[in-house]
Amino acid sequence: MAIESEILVVGGGLAGLSSALAAARDGADVRLVSYKQSTLRQASGLVDLLGYTPDGEGPLTDPYAAMPDLPASHPYRTVGVETVREAMAMFDEVSGYEGGHTDTNALLPTHGGTIKPTARYPRGAAAGLASDDRDTLFVGIESMTDFDAPHVADHLDAAGVPFDVRGETIRFPGDLRADAKVTRYAKLLDTNGEVAVRGRKVPAREALAQRVNPLVEDAERVGFPAILGDDNPGAIRDALGDQMGVDVFEVPMGPPSLPGLRLEDKLFEALDESGASFETGNPIVDFDGEGHVERVFMEKNGARIPLSADQYVLATGGLVGKGVESDRDGVSEPVFDCHVPHSDDRYDWFDTDVFGDHPFAGFGVETDDDLRPLSADGDVEFDNLRAAGSVLGGYDFAAEKSGSGVSIATGYAAGTSAAAEVR
Amino acid sequence: MASTPHIAVIGGGSTGVGIARDLAMRGLDVTLVEQGNLTHGTTGRMHGLLHSGGRYAVSDQASATECIEENRVLRDIASHCVEMTGGMFVKRPEDSEEYFQEKLQGCKECGIPADVVSGAEARQMEPHLAKDVEKAITVPDGAIDPFRLVVANAASAQEHGARIETHSKVTDLLVEDDEVVGLEVEHASGPGKRVHGTEGGTEEIRADYVVNATGAWAGRIGDMADLDIAVRPSKGVMTIMNIRQVDTVINRCRPKGDADIVVPHETTAILGTTDEEVEDPEDYPEEQWEVDLMIETLSELIPMLEEARTIRSFWGVRPLYEPPDVGSEDPTDITRDFFLLDHDERDDLPGMTSIVGGKFTTYRMMGEQISDHVCGKFGIDAECRTADEPLPGSEDFSVLRDYMDEFGLRSPIGRRSVERLGSRADEVLKTEGPNPTVCECEGVTRAEIQDAISQSGSDLNAVRIRTRASMGNCQGGICTHRMASELHGEYDEGIVREAWDELLQERWKGQRHALWGEQLSQAALNYALHATTQNRDNDPAGGDPVDFAAFDSGVDHTDDSGTADVAADGGKPDGD
Ligand SMILES: Cc1cc2nc3c(=O)[nH]c(=O)nc-3n(C[C@H](O)[C@H](O)[C@H](O)COP(=O)(O)OP(=O)(O)OC[C@H]3O[C@@H](n4cnc5c(N)ncnc54)[C@H](O)[C@@H]3O)c2cc1C
Ligand SMILES: Cc1cc2nc3c(=O)[nH]c(=O)nc-3n(C[C@H](O)[C@H](O)[C@H](O)COP(=O)(O)OP(=O)(O)OC[C@H]3O[C@@H](n4cnc5c(N)ncnc54)[C@H](O)[C@@H]3O)c2cc1C
Repeated sequence: MAIESEILVVGGGLAGLSSALAAARDGADVRLVSYKQSTLRQASGLVDLLGYTPDGEGPLTDPYAAMPDLPASHPYRTVGVETVREAMAMFDEVSGYEGGHTDTNALLPTHGGTIKPTARYPRGAAAGLASDDRDTLFVGIESMTDFDAPHVADHLDAAGVPFDVRGETIRFPGDLRADAKVTRYAKLLDTNGEVAVRGRKVPAREALAQRVNPLVEDAERVGFPAILGDDNPGAIRDALGDQMGVDVFEVPMGPPSLPGLRLEDKLFEALDESGASFETGNPIVDFDGEGHVERVFMEKNGARIPLSADQYVLATGGLVGKGVESDRDGVSEPVFDCHVPHSDDRYDWFDTDVFGDHPFAGFGVETDDDLRPLSADGDVEFDNLRAAGSVLGGYDFAAEKSGSGVSIATGYAAGTSAAAEVR
Repeated sequence: MASTPHIAVIGGGSTGVGIARDLAMRGLDVTLVEQGNLTHGTTGRMHGLLHSGGRYAVSDQASATECIEENRVLRDIASHCVEMTGGMFVKRPEDSEEYFQEKLQGCKECGIPADVVSGAEARQMEPHLAKDVEKAITVPDGAIDPFRLVVANAASAQEHGARIETHSKVTDLLVEDDEVVGLEVEHASGPGKRVHGTEGGTEEIRADYVVNATGAWAGRIGDMADLDIAVRPSKGVMTIMNIRQVDTVINRCRPKGDADIVVPHETTAILGTTDEEVEDPEDYPEEQWEVDLMIETLSELIPMLEEARTIRSFWGVRPLYEPPDVGSEDPTDITRDFFLLDHDERDDLPGMTSIVGGKFTTYRMMGEQISDHVCGKFGIDAECRTADEPLPGSEDFSVLRDYMDEFGLRSPIGRRSVERLGSRADEVLKTEGPNPTVCECEGVTRAEIQDAISQSGSDLNAVRIRTRASMGNCQGGICTHRMASELHGEYDEGIVREAWDELLQERWKGQRHALWGEQLSQAALNYALHATTQNRDNDPAGGDPVDFAAFDSGVDHTDDSGTADVAADGGKPDGD
């Protein structure tokens, strides 16, 4: 017999989590299954709504104001601005993120030395806002090649930030090896373990603050690469800030991204509290049904386990998350084989300029107004299947800076709509 | 004429640097000019096979004999550029038995060590070979890193007093009284473009003799003095796989054909190739069918290639030449041999010789012959020493030990660094500070990047070819900004940004023939890392000014009551 629930969400990234949360908060019996860790492991952990229009206009100050002018096929147009607002309200409630006090976008420094427009940011990044004109010191770690503070500072200066900015490189106290992972630094700061400094044992946070202190000078805030703890980031920032007499913030980095992982943890906690059940580690590989999904099959230790539900949400991600796949002959959606529009000539899938207008960035399923995937002929593929997040086509999240926003908004919309069906 | 003749060499491919090293070691004054990076031409776009000569053992025995001789020399003088993988010519059921025997016989005649192994034995050596491969001939093929080899030759030439100018294009030949007397060169160097070598602008380089070693471009140089040098450029594709499906060079044992060889290279395997004549060595079509053909045809030898991940494809043009009276229709019939064209004897224009044709494997021998020729012109009797004196990095085998502990490097990164650097490992890796990894795919550490920067200036593509950083599976997704940051210590942010942009663009260019499956997913990830996380596609530095005051300036948390802060500029209250 199949494992049953009212709603089954396939995929545990930002979109799947948002849709499971929305449905569970509406009282539905929800199950979420996800294969691997989501792209939050790679993502900055910032939550963008819309930073640039598809024509490249921006940075936009008000993302909501620009949404009605997006192309009709854009997911924000599908769900509508009001739904986006509701979705963000839910996100604000469960995430503890900042930025919800205003519709206006924020500009945050990136580890590439630019600034980027975003709508929500973790508390740990808040003191780094580029529209705040307090003088800033960035501190890099000598053995960490991903964040070069002097380079970031000079680059931000060239970007015209409205404050004095400097970068300094330090050797991290203690003897972490040259290729230590960010999680090693985080752990050391989380536990505040003792490190040897000139023969003396000093707690790690204190040792770090002591090392940075002489470099602070006139700076009123100090930015570190995002390594300041996994479990206790707030306490670590406060401890460092108190000892140095400044505000401390983190700059998001590439994979593995602690802010992304912290957000993922937070959302899984909220999902747990909402009463939904979830299981990770095994993929959905197949389904039964024609025009209506009867059940799906999960592959677990070589066995195929059936799972059935009244309503399904497809939130398996895009090309990065493997919710959209390709080979030399074409592009497909592997779980339900939903239609993914693409050119037959794979040389039309990209632009020759590295940051050109890349069709691949928009690969994904097309849907009706209720987020139900459409076949090549424009018919609803399955009456009880909705899609959310990066598996959707028709937008380029990297260029627009709209990744998490679209996932949250469409996830919320799909979850809410599915819950309404089963009520 | 001064007492020491000054020779100008045009072209920084294997041929040019081989000549420059040889002449410099014989005590001549040498200036080499190259329009791009070292290896900008065909040398940077070839298969990396250190030929045993087996491929030519039936059709072109003169070339085959030269190959095996030079194969032995290079193993000796360039050990840190060579991986002796061994090679095989494998026979499938449909391949001709008669040709298999001819190949075996040909190898013996040319002095190429060759043995027959059964299909089962071949599969023991290479488990992924197709089940129906019947048998194979083993030969001493190897893999050779063209970048490392060319850089080592240039470094050696420099040590012997040569001047090496990259990013310097020959725009004209200076001809006076019906004799070539030098070059007109345009240097792209200088702030804004490049910061190394000679500052930008044009320069007249006067020389007692000019050697034209521009390969497929030789005809262009000829045109500058109305000389007709009929190079017949022929393109070939190479497709890089993400892993080494084989550890041995695998050749198909049949007379000729496209897609008949796989060469393992570092962490990858490279499939090749095609042979199509083109008009212009810089502008020719790179076609999808060529990539598809590689995968499909070579899957007959190694079935897992059909499903494997391709990381990029690239093309090169062979600088083939045949004397005007031969007239081959098919480029595969044109000899792989090389020719010295003395323009005095040939065209009544003294002062210059062109060298055309040939192969990478025989670059040193080509250099020796042309150096003999040039020395002959000046009555200099100096012995060639390039076959005996190891290249920088290959002097001392004993350094190829495990440096892991000594340099605090994690294996296999330590091993790979030491392989790349050879005997220079000591000098490069012994650094003061910690030596973290910059490029994880290829295991390239900070010390190596810094060493490359000290050699090649602000050009990150030059750093790339010296170190292999950004050339692995992720194609620079993770490390391009790190490489840029390594440059920042030495150069200003603006110059760094320009070099970084160029590297990003270059890394993107080559992937377009591999954009499906895993590699398309990788490209989408890289795009997100660079455009989303870093916002490099809308870099405000150099773009329109941003009105910072119009954006969210946050909420004050000092008393944690969540009240709206007055914007730091004293202006706008928050809009909620
Ligand atoms: C490098 C990078 C940086 C980013 N930076 C930002 C940023 O700065 N700001 C921003 O707003 N957004 C950013 N994003 C975008 C954002 O974080 C998410 O990638 C996006 O919202 C997509 O989320 P998703 O839930 O649709 O898909 P994913 O995160 O891809 O999640 C899909 C999930 O489905 C699972 N799955 C796939 N197939 C199956 C199957 N068959 N069975 C079961 N489970 C399956 C996967 O394992 C995965 O867990 C970034 C993304 C990337 C890749
Ligand atoms: C597809 C393919 C695969 C191959 N595989 C192998 C192999 O596996 N093994 C092997 O031994 N050989 C191989 N070869 C052959 C080998 O690559 C070439 O024979 C060799 O690299 C040629 O070197 P070169 O120095 O003569 O020419 P190039 O490397 O082309 O050098 C000529 C240089 O001259 C420069 N130049 C041109 N015009 C000017 C100017 N006006 N001013 C300044 N500089 C200028 C160019 O930029 C260029 O760098 C292969 C060739 C191809 C095409």
